Amino acid sequence: MNNFTYSKASTVQDAVNRVQQGPEAKFVAGGTNLIDLMKYHVITTDALIDVNHVEGYHAIEARGEGGIRLGAFMTNAKTAYHPIIEQQYPLLSRAILAGASAQIRNMATNGGNLLQRTRCYYFYDVNTPCNKREPGSGCSAIGGYNRIMAILGASESCIAVFPSDMCVALAALEAKVNISGPHGDRSLAFTDFHRLPGNTPDIDNNLSHGEIITSIDLPSKGFSDNYSYLKLRDRNSYAFALVSVATALELEDGIVRESRIALGGVAHKPWRSAEGEAFLQGKEATKENFTRVAEIILTGAAGYQYNSFKIELAKRAIVRNCMMALNPETQLPGAQPSR
Amino acid sequence: MAILSIVNQNSCEEEFSLREVPLKINGKLVNLQLRPWVSLLDALREYAGLTGTKKGCDHGQCGACTVLCDGERILSCLTLAVMKEDAEITTIEGVGTENELHPLQKAFIAHDAFQCGYCTPGQICSAIGMLNEGKAQNREDVKELMSGNLCRCGANSNIIDAIMEVKNETI
Repeated sequence: MNNFTYSKASTVQDAVNRVQQGPEAKFVAGGTNLIDLMKYHVITTDALIDVNHVEGYHAIEARGEGGIRLGAFMTNAKTAYHPIIEQQYPLLSRAILAGASAQIRNMATNGGNLLQRTRCYYFYDVNTPCNKREPGSGCSAIGGYNRIMAILGASESCIAVFPSDMCVALAALEAKVNISGPHGDRSLAFTDFHRLPGNTPDIDNNLSHGEIITSIDLPSKGFSDNYSYLKLRDRNSYAFALVSVATALELEDGIVRESRIALGGVAHKPWRSAEGEAFLQGKEATKENFTRVAEIILTGAAGYQYNSFKIELAKRAIVRNCMMALNPETQLPGAQPSR
Repeated sequence: MAILSIVNQNSCEEEFSLREVPLKINGKLVNLQLRPWVSLLDALREYAGLTGTKKGCDHGQCGACTVLCDGERILSCLTLAVMKEDAEITTIEGVGTENELHPLQKAFIAHDAFQCGYCTPGQICSAIGMLNEGKAQNREDVKELMSGNLCRCGANSNIIDAIMEVKNETI
């Protein structure tokens, strides 16, 4: 780790002011990804601004118009185990608990979860070219070992995937991200928060330097009757997804009134398909229809030397997870496939 | 260092320099002289002389450095000591005494739940945290909720046996 100054912010405004001291200044909350990246010299900073002591953003509060607000500095564990999340937004609870380990979930915060970086091996290895780490240096993953990389929305510059589980559920639930910054407050729809790599893969999301996530809003609809999160990975627990799926269904007499299907581990952001979800509307909730949706969602998917298997894996995971959403009680700890 | 040109040089050097970091470790207040980038793990091992907490990967992948922070299990390698100034830290040195081991320490011995022992302090602190959480209903849950602690000797099934024994006793 390089040398840096450390200070504690007392308010959001104070944090925003402090981080503008320099272009390399960074906020730290849980620190579980940032401090690791600093150890690898992937990220250097000259000033860390600790926001953990800023009061007012560590809880869940009800909103007048229905729905709830998740404090950005609340931990992932406290969020996942909160009675409101367990009962009204079980998809979110399941997704959070499928990510990382219990220790890391006790540290990692909701805002930080959105801001974690890819786990692409080449991004972490400062001795290899990587356009995300060093723009213009090239992508080592495209011609390299790319088992975990993207099959949707990738570019010639970058085929890294966004690793979060929590964000896959937030995308399905159509959350909103609330942001404060030097020019005031603003909100972004969840699908507009993260971005595809294009030719600027060094930019993960649409947050500007100096801006901070203060909270995440969830609409009132939690899909608590028919939901499921499935995570497929190289070991059963404590590993990032090869493919994950968040499914939320609203059913009426076996007919799909509304569906949300979001994929993780396949793209530079949580992946949703308006065409796929539109197809399901008004259709019977059957394996045949879920199979057709899977085909629609994976339209345009492209694999590389070692990750082409993910295309078929994603299709099967969608079908499997939609079936599990019909009987959410069949889900297993860690979002493993049901037996 | 862009900051040096912007901020008053003296105040900056002051912040870079050693600062007194009061840490409450195993019930005792310890004042350590630390620089901001010292991890909690290094503070415990190199500055407080508590080497029970182990450095395995130093990257949050193995769980060997697990300690309790205000009763919750965390990874001491992925946090800075300065970030824990107000917290109560419990390490393996603080969970039992020489005369009266913690029930999990006894159970680990009874079930032969280690071979080299390197992951054991982290396993035990993690298990204490897990039992405090009260979320594990059965053996499958315990396995899932202990997955952040790796054992390369392969004592995992005995580790889960030991934890299950204590879990069943405390219900």
